[in-house]
Amino acid sequence: MKRPSAAWWFLAPAMLVLGVFFLLPVVAALALSLTDYDLYALADIRHLRFVALHNYWDLLHQPAFWSALGHTLTFVVVGVPLSIMVSLGMALLLNSPLVRCKSFFRTALFAPVVTTVVAVAVVWRYILNTKYGWLNYVLGLVGIHPVDWLGDPHWAMPSIILFAVWKNFGYNMIILLAGLQAIPADLYEAARIDGASAPQQFRHITLPMLGPTLLMVAILTVSGYFQLFAEPYVMTEGGPLQSTTSVLYLMYNEGFKWWNFGMASAVAFLLFVIMFAVTALMLRLGRRGATA
Amino acid sequence: MRWLIRPPVATACRLLAAAALLLAGCSSSQDPQTLTFWTFGREGEAVVKLLPAFEREHPGIHVNVQQLPLSAAHQKLLTAFAGNSTPDLCQLGNTWLPEFVAIKALEPLQQRVAASTAVQPDDYFAHIWSTNLIDGTLYGVPWYVDTRLLFYRRDLLKAAGFDAPPRDWAEWRRMLAALSHPDRGTYGILLPTNEYEQLMSLALQQSEPMLRDGGRYGNFRSPGFKRALSFYVDTFRLRQAPAITAVEAGNPWEEFGRGVYAFYFSGPWNIGEFRQRLPANRENEWATAPLPGPDGGVAGAAGGASLVVFRRSTHKDQAWALIEYLSRPDVQQRFYDLLGDMPARRSAWDGGSLRTDPKVQAFRQQLENVKATPPVPEWEQIANEMQLVAAQAVAGELSVDEAAAEMDRRADRILEKRRWVLDHSRATEAAP
Repeated sequence: MKRPSAAWWFLAPAMLVLGVFFLLPVVAALALSLTDYDLYALADIRHLRFVALHNYWDLLHQPAFWSALGHTLTFVVVGVPLSIMVSLGMALLLNSPLVRCKSFFRTALFAPVVTTVVAVAVVWRYILNTKYGWLNYVLGLVGIHPVDWLGDPHWAMPSIILFAVWKNFGYNMIILLAGLQAIPADLYEAARIDGASAPQQFRHITLPMLGPTLLMVAILTVSGYFQLFAEPYVMTEGGPLQSTTSVLYLMYNEGFKWWNFGMASAVAFLLFVIMFAVTALMLRLGRRGATA
Repeated sequence: MRWLIRPPVATACRLLAAAALLLAGCSSSQDPQTLTFWTFGREGEAVVKLLPAFEREHPGIHVNVQQLPLSAAHQKLLTAFAGNSTPDLCQLGNTWLPEFVAIKALEPLQQRVAASTAVQPDDYFAHIWSTNLIDGTLYGVPWYVDTRLLFYRRDLLKAAGFDAPPRDWAEWRRMLAALSHPDRGTYGILLPTNEYEQLMSLALQQSEPMLRDGGRYGNFRSPGFKRALSFYVDTFRLRQAPAITAVEAGNPWEEFGRGVYAFYFSGPWNIGEFRQRLPANRENEWATAPLPGPDGGVAGAAGGASLVVFRRSTHKDQAWALIEYLSRPDVQQRFYDLLGDMPARRSAWDGGSLRTDPKVQAFRQQLENVKATPPVPEWEQIANEMQLVAAQAVAGELSVDEAAAEMDRRADRILEKRRWVLDHSRATEAAP
């Protein structure tokens, strides 16, 4: 009887902090999402209405929400595999015994992760500029007409994906590099003696050994990419024609721009539900893959 | 040895002195005579230069100016209101005023103006003054004004055979057609598709308001608004303006100077920008002109900022003294010289550089004929939605009629709470 109560005393500080700074805000936000808390309610609490699930209902009937969700999903579906492929490719290159100046490349490739989005966005906006940008200049040399990268609704999202992948791949690369270095070298040695080619070694040794790391990287990247906000915020302000407005951007606009906190909380909870479902699905698929 | 000991002693002394200063600072902030004045954007830099004279005239008052970036101002003010930490007074864009009146953050100023010799309502541009009246009560005193109109390349217009800027939309359209060569990358005008001010200015020239029934519903399906929207959309369809956002437009001043755009639809702060960025010997090549009305005449949007006192301020008399000082014509002229923000008082325009500068005359002419945006707190959000739909129409996804209907639908949805609040408060007032 004594021992469990002692344990609770040890846990209490952490529980208190978690409760006050994590649980309480979440519960408050959930309650808020069932009301129409806005400017009028801020001025006079009698203007607050309990609207039950009306915010959610309203959101699900708004084309703006669906298009924002569509943009976010596009970003996740295209961006995540691209990001993981680039990180894996770079990690394999850095892990190769043939590469010189490893620490230099490791630093260089990790640098975008460390720099702030706002600072690199300035550079990228210059690179992607329609008239004076380097990218169009280079494309012009091979006879391709200038593309309005950030101003054309069709190109804005690919540009944002490109920018985000470039910005974030270094983080995954470092994790995957650590995973690669944990694979025992004698496995490759044995495979080489058995006459396995490099692709065969990659397929039958590297990928299975890297499996758990890859799953973790995938889950981290998916949940990170679902929360797309900073990139469109600094690159396109959600435009053109809202083609880069993500779900989180929508939440920011509703909450902090228009002060519709009820609606903004509803957006946050819908996004949470979606992310929770996707992560659970990925974990289940990962577990099945591991047992099979 | 002496040198080794002395620096720490000196440091300790300095620390003590700093602590004493800090304590003095704390006590003076509780002193009833310290005013907190929030400014946004570049105004703060200029206004601190005007304050020493004010503090000499009012030895008991110290003004603490805080400069906030314009992009964060709105959020910061609302957060301050929610957190009970609003300043004594601040500058407030006159399109934001209705919102802060709706949350009852501002102090009515009618009585103070009536008793004041410094603030003379008749001396102000009438329509600008009226933007500070919400339901007949005055909440702000105009500080500086702006309105968007046309900057144009006089030499390009002349080369195309036009001696004067456009007087009505038909003539404007002819000039745009003559000056647009999209194949060469030159356009009649730059209208960034993510800025609502241009379309809004055209819409304010119409006789129908953009919201109806006391701001309860959108009125974008009115013939007047559709005419404005058609003119706007046609400018893109005829390739007289590129369908790009301000982000992509990059540096419009240089491009205006190079003749990429013959017209530039913007506000008074650009006089300074152009003077700074274009060579002085080309000063005669560009000029300003009032916005042409659909059938002649002049009209535009009433913009600018007012000075307001917060309801929770404990130094309202001192705040009002500062407003009176900043409203004096000679101070307004100095403010203009420092920053280029145009004075709200006519008498301030009759002297100094404002009287002689040809570039500002078009502004004065248009300021006499400006119109206020609908005075509802939701206006900024509605205008944003209006522009999003308009951009879809520009992209060819919606016809003008479809776009107008969609704008009404979105405005009605945003105004739902306002309708409820208006009906609800009327019901509670009628009940007792």
